[in-house]
Amino acid sequence: MTSLLDSVAVRARRIGRPVRLMEVCGTHTMVAFRSGLRRLLPPDVSLVSGPGCPVCVTPPGLIDAAVELGRMPEVTIASFGDMVRVPGSSSSLEQARAEGVDVRVVYSAADALRLARERPERMVVFVAVGFETTAPTVALTVEAAQRSRAEGFLVLVAHKTMPGAMAALVDGDEIRIDGFLCPGHVSVVTGASIFSFLAKEHGVPCVVAGFEPEDILKGIDMLLAQIEQGRSEIEIEYERAVTWEGNRAAQAAVFRVFAPCDSEWRGLGVIPGSGLGLRPEFARFNAVERLGVEVRSGDSPAGCRCGDVLRGAITPTECALFGTACSPRRPLGPCMVSSEGACAAFARYGPGRAS
Amino acid sequence: MCLAVPALVTSLDWPLATISVEGALREVDVSLVGEVQVGDYVLVHAGFALHRWGEDDYLAWKALMAEMAPGGDVGRPDGDGRRGGEGL
Repeated sequence: MTSLLDSVAVRARRIGRPVRLMEVCGTHTMVAFRSGLRRLLPPDVSLVSGPGCPVCVTPPGLIDAAVELGRMPEVTIASFGDMVRVPGSSSSLEQARAEGVDVRVVYSAADALRLARERPERMVVFVAVGFETTAPTVALTVEAAQRSRAEGFLVLVAHKTMPGAMAALVDGDEIRIDGFLCPGHVSVVTGASIFSFLAKEHGVPCVVAGFEPEDILKGIDMLLAQIEQGRSEIEIEYERAVTWEGNRAAQAAVFRVFAPCDSEWRGLGVIPGSGLGLRPEFARFNAVERLGVEVRSGDSPAGCRCGDVLRGAITPTECALFGTACSPRRPLGPCMVSSEGACAAFARYGPGRAS
Repeated sequence: MCLAVPALVTSLDWPLATISVEGALREVDVSLVGEVQVGDYVLVHAGFALHRWGEDDYLAWKALMAEMAPGGDVGRPDGDGRRGGEGL
């Protein structure tokens, strides 16, 4: 660890200008804060959080749709735990549950399907958020539902894919990004090569890093080496789990069930081709179509700047609500609600030293 | 949310497997990782194994975890108190 820190310091000195690296993975955010890593970096090297927390990038309109579905008398909502506290335009799923909506927290899509089989008199709507890591688990579950003719299992799909969002941030002129720490477990599924266009066409150094503090530090050192040497490549630090081609079976499952679609991200707007929607042959599992709701953009809580935080445009403490109206005990915005959100990390572990 | 944890496969009833995460048992789907045997390590996310780990990889991970434990040169969380004075 110490030798890595030395190496980072030497490279930063040789580069001789401020360097801003972005991590796009909620777990990287959390680990970088919790371990104190951010405070150990040289003053010229800053680590900013991007749109890497799936719960955080889900727009409020999706939650509104989940609440609207849940208010239908025959519907049970099944959701990952992080999602239930995120506010929609007027209510979170947790608040809806207090008003009598049947909201169940599940650990996996398969648990939601099990729930649907156990309660054939209900329609169980699984709120499918998550990136490339999670999409295959939902794809296999939808196929299992198809095989077993589980009529009461529906999915509210809000899956997103990372590369398009990263490219949108690079192409925008709001902030300069000198390098990406690419998400490790997304890459386990997609393979690291999915990020190569960012290095080759957009000229941004990329390293796929693992999740221990040492992995992240090594990833930072590898990014600084690229910057120092004027290279922009995609490299793998997380060799224990990440290959260039990824998990082909998982990719195939996603391809069979989902097709790319435009998707709205909190803070980034609609990014073409950055979402996954059910293919027509699985339309019977689409909660939006089957139960006739509309997913609108929705409204964020007044004054909430999670969108700006997700673009790396501001640090959480620059939001007027941070620590006052919005805190871990009474979170208002999704970046404070989710344990992987940048605001939650700032509030729990201190600002460290961001840009 | 994309967190995945390494786990030991303790029994198998394809495509389901019982895994142990530091002693806690869970049932997961292993159909995405091909040939799996009892005694293998898998990386698990949201009820599905996404990658098969060799024992060497798992031991390397364990060693890293041990190194990062309290007393290592990068500290673990020290409670929920905010650390002031660091500046931005």
